[in-house]
Amino acid sequence: MTRRDSYLQDVVWRRFRANRFAMAGGMVVVALFVLSILAPFITPYEPNSLDAYHVLLPPSFAHWFGTDEVGRDVFTRMLYGAQISLKVGFVAIGIATLIGTVVGLVAGYYGGWLDSLLMRFVDIMFCFPTFFLILAVIALLEPSIWYIMLIIGLTGWMGVARLVRAEVLSIRERDYVLAARVIGCSDLRIIFRHILPNAVGPVLVYATLGIAGAILTESSLSFLGIGVPPPTPSWGNILASGKEFLEFAWWLFLFPGLAIMVTVLSYYLVGEGIRDAIDPRFSSRR
Amino acid sequence: MLSYLAKRLLLMIPLLVGITIITFGVIHLAPGEPVEMQVAMNPKVSAEARERLRKFYELDKPLHVQYGKWVSRLVRLDFGRSFAPDGRPVITKIRERLPVTISLNLIVLILEFALAIPIGVMAATHRDGPLDRWTTVFVFLGFATPLFWLSLILMYLFGVKLGWLPISGLHSLGYEVHGLWWQVGDLTKHLVIPISVATFGSLAGLSRYMRTGMIEVLGQDYIMTARAKGLPERVVIYRHALRNALLPAITILGLSVPGLIGGSVIFESIFAIPGMGKLFMDGVMARDYPLVMGVLVIGAVLTLLGNLLADLAYAVADPRIRHGRERAL
Repeated sequence: MTRRDSYLQDVVWRRFRANRFAMAGGMVVVALFVLSILAPFITPYEPNSLDAYHVLLPPSFAHWFGTDEVGRDVFTRMLYGAQISLKVGFVAIGIATLIGTVVGLVAGYYGGWLDSLLMRFVDIMFCFPTFFLILAVIALLEPSIWYIMLIIGLTGWMGVARLVRAEVLSIRERDYVLAARVIGCSDLRIIFRHILPNAVGPVLVYATLGIAGAILTESSLSFLGIGVPPPTPSWGNILASGKEFLEFAWWLFLFPGLAIMVTVLSYYLVGEGIRDAIDPRFSSRR
Repeated sequence: MLSYLAKRLLLMIPLLVGITIITFGVIHLAPGEPVEMQVAMNPKVSAEARERLRKFYELDKPLHVQYGKWVSRLVRLDFGRSFAPDGRPVITKIRERLPVTISLNLIVLILEFALAIPIGVMAATHRDGPLDRWTTVFVFLGFATPLFWLSLILMYLFGVKLGWLPISGLHSLGYEVHGLWWQVGDLTKHLVIPISVATFGSLAGLSRYMRTGMIEVLGQDYIMTARAKGLPERVVIYRHALRNALLPAITILGLSVPGLIGGSVIFESIFAIPGMGKLFMDGVMARDYPLVMGVLVIGAVLTLLGNLLADLAYAVADPRIRHGRERAL
């Protein structure tokens, strides 16, 4: 890292910190991580231990968010479910960002027929209603959390690819890239040292918003009964059992839904916060 | 304009080919062949019947032959027969369900535009005021709320607790015996929750977009000119600014098609609405390959058509696109 880099980072971080909403979102995101990792120390219950004597109990001091149809503590399952939901979000978007960045870099830097081919492929992938594609693939495979992450990633990279390609196209023609080429830098060095660092900001924003989207997608899939396979808890499949007991147990669907909403909202606020911090011109508050 | 249309149509051909290749590839991802799946679910199928199925789907041929045959049948809108016990042609099933999904989505789109445009304009003209702040909160909530969850809550409140609205299907039992107006009222009651939720979900993005577009346009010189001429603010905003701010909204219209179609799976499953989304979900659960393939292709083609319509509307609204492209041809 050069001194100039760290100066820029300082400025971005200071702007981000000045944004109350983004900071609040960031704190929720961090708190969720800590809570989900410390789950075994926070709750006395096991996520999958059945208890036939305490079935569908409303919230109380013993069971903060009540119990479900087989007597499992809902608060405990939500803590462990947070691990799953966050993991799905991060891994899926990690895959999507990686593929999208590579495709965008290659298409933008080399141009020509390779660019046309890759971008047509992006167009084609954009034609599919993503949710249809995900459902179709998942229906064909054995249910597993790894497939879910992989599929959300494989159907979510196109936006990143377009974004990175556009950045590369605008940076490729700059003088300093020409200078690098003149002194004999290799393509790889130019791409990774001189072009990619400039595209990191927008990609980070996109990825943060993408994590929120992936968490929503996972919960929708689990809610439909084809996401994270039970008994592994996820916010979506707790909600799914909430649907079965809609008339008797409001706590089964109220709390997981609120958790999803707060989490997604926090990631959005952080994403917007990073965007405003990197480039205040597009700020929503100015 | 005609040459622009022709060019757009030509560009669709490689996309269509790509769509069929991906769909074909997705289905062949499955471990085991479709026939085995069908047989596995029905132990009564004899070896001979299995062979017949294999012949029908040409599974003994190499992949590119299978693909060729499949596409040549696709072109004739022959998606094969459903694996479901009724064994009806897939295209008939889709044709029955498609109008429901399309009309619901059209209603949502119309409501979305009717509400999002004024919301966005007001947020932009009252920038940083309390109205703007509240719409921002509303927009973020719209992004973050899981719609299936909101549906459940409204079902619980209005269906279970208050008993005001029915919670599933499109009609009440025995609705046929009633008069037309009763039936319309009945249908409306069934649709209030799903349509409100879907509209709420899509409202957020568009109103945000309208706000940004409007703010950008209001900063332009020609708006200052209009104000300097002494035109009333209402005229400046609704006649001069809104027109240009609406342009990006047209693109959003095209882009929102796949989301709407994909979202119909969730809504139609929750509310038991007999549309294409429910059909697809049932097909997915039953591993009804021909049906899944058919709906996947139709869904992608609908998206393509939606984008085409949006592009054409854009060209009609913005002469720069129309003429610029024509000269480039």
